[in-house]
Amino acid sequence: MTRNTDTGDGSGDAVTDGGVTEERGGSGFNPITALNERFGSDFVESSQFWLPPFLLVGLFVYGAIIWNLLISLTDFSGFGTPDYSDLDLEMYGRALADSGFVDAAINTFILLVGFTLVTLAIGLGLAILIDRNIRFENTFRTIYLLPMSLSFVVTAQFWAWMFNFNNGVINIVITSLGFGRVSWIGNPDIVLWAVMFALMWQFAGYAMVVFLAGLRAIPSEHYEAAKVDGASTVRMYWRVIIPQLKGSTISASVVLMVFALKAFDFLYSLVGGYRPPNGADILATKMVREAYANLNWAYASAIAITLFVMTLGIVGPYLYYQYNRGNL
Amino acid sequence: MSDDARTDGGTASATDSGASAGPLSEVDGYRVLLYLGLLGFLTFFMVPIESGLVTSFKTSSGVTGSLPFAPPTGSTFTLEKWQTAFDALGRGLVNSALYAIPATVISALLGSFAAYGLTQSNWKQRYKAPVLALFVAGIFIPYQAVLVPLSQFWSMIPLQEALGFLWALGINNDYTGIVELIVTHVAYGLPICTVLFRSYYKNMSEEMIEAARLDGASIRRIYRRIVLPLSGPMFAVVLIYQFTQIWNDLLFTLVLVQTESSAAAPIVLILAGLGTSLEGQDFALRMAGAFIAALPTLAVYIAFGEEFAEGVAT
Repeated sequence: MTRNTDTGDGSGDAVTDGGVTEERGGSGFNPITALNERFGSDFVESSQFWLPPFLLVGLFVYGAIIWNLLISLTDFSGFGTPDYSDLDLEMYGRALADSGFVDAAINTFILLVGFTLVTLAIGLGLAILIDRNIRFENTFRTIYLLPMSLSFVVTAQFWAWMFNFNNGVINIVITSLGFGRVSWIGNPDIVLWAVMFALMWQFAGYAMVVFLAGLRAIPSEHYEAAKVDGASTVRMYWRVIIPQLKGSTISASVVLMVFALKAFDFLYSLVGGYRPPNGADILATKMVREAYANLNWAYASAIAITLFVMTLGIVGPYLYYQYNRGNL
Repeated sequence: MSDDARTDGGTASATDSGASAGPLSEVDGYRVLLYLGLLGFLTFFMVPIESGLVTSFKTSSGVTGSLPFAPPTGSTFTLEKWQTAFDALGRGLVNSALYAIPATVISALLGSFAAYGLTQSNWKQRYKAPVLALFVAGIFIPYQAVLVPLSQFWSMIPLQEALGFLWALGINNDYTGIVELIVTHVAYGLPICTVLFRSYYKNMSEEMIEAARLDGASIRRIYRRIVLPLSGPMFAVVLIYQFTQIWNDLLFTLVLVQTESSAAAPIVLILAGLGTSLEGQDFALRMAGAFIAALPTLAVYIAFGEEFAEGVAT
């Protein structure tokens, strides 16, 4: 059964011919037929659709990562072209010996885990609240998700003001409650948690939307069965409903962790340009600073590869999970 | 929680919504708590935005002299900060639109092509899965991982010479950055566009396409006559998602346009610069600037909230 009955362009005709020849006994070798047979019946014809995007992604994403890896093995400073004849791991050694790198890596990890867990918990809470047959559901949902439509640069302005020492909302509220002012951005021990809080504000609505989709996919019989069994609401969610949200939890976690790795835009805009507040340096900010402020491009590339490997550690298992579920 | 059993489960209570979700006809402590929780979160999500909005309308003495979430009173109310912010950021709105709109449209179209090429053409699964995996993984690549090669790449491309005819028409050299941003955003937006369209095409009716195939329609014809016309709802989702992402991105503009004093500086770059400059402590100005930069994506979000939610949830 041949599907290659293309009537339009020349390549289609050639394939049809090839198909016929094959059926007669395969006397000649037709590369188009061979490719189609090997990869799928319309492989060559469909290439006009998938090849340009494929090349763009291959070149800009995967080509660039390999190029980045190469640059990280040189000692390129940013002027002229890198010298690819003398490759070594010097930059990675330098990273391990650089306390700034180690601090940034630790901060990245704290942000990754802390932000993701808190945002998931709040997002799940919001989704459950919204899913309990409330009025004005759309209004609540729209406002909870609204910060997600804003840019990191914009939300950083709002939070710079919220965290302001003298007049910021948070300090005004806590001083009126009788507590002392806190330097949210100026104190290196606190700033990372403040950043985490602001990012949670921006992305809790996202987690809510993902969990809401998961909740709505659970058949109502599951709620009714738990009810018939006399389970309390808390118990019903804890034992019956939440365990079924595994897929939503995994998807949301992966996306949130990747956002945390990328929080550069927020930190850049919060106060100090390439230099984020003390105690809030993460690998994403350090990489850009080393490349574009300090002109250590090879070193920046090595940090970028570290960041990429961290991303792979998160995305790799996710891809495997999706593959096993037949989603790839 | 004595009345748990009655108000159970969102879906379950759909059956008895007349009773338990009814208006205030019966006092239901559990429901009251539920709404208090919802309103508490509502306040939490609105306070930074509300405080920013009222502050943007205050004079400098009004900012220091009043509560950060209180609206300006007669003497502290001014539109001056909005005026100043608009003078500083206005050209950024135009510059951002110059690359965000073309990059959004092109990436959505190419994403639709790629998804169609991958779904409707009977690729063998063992070859299709790895290709798809590369597209899915591409969504999550941190831009930092490609930044240095990207800078190298664009420094090697003689864009200024190639676009010389445009400069002859009087367009500033600075705008090479805009062209670079279009290509870059298309390339890095393609993975998410492809994956979104692919999940849509996967569920598209096979019979119609199969029938067209048997009638001898070419791949191109099937796309133009059947798949593209049916893609409208997904195009809405993808265009909205992409526009928000591209408009909001700072990192690529920082690297490709580099300075907020450039004639071609996008609005996010100018806004981020406000925080680092001497005006950084003028919070009224920063807030007004933030709202001006946020207006286009806010407008899109308020008009197309459903599509936006669908885009982020997928």
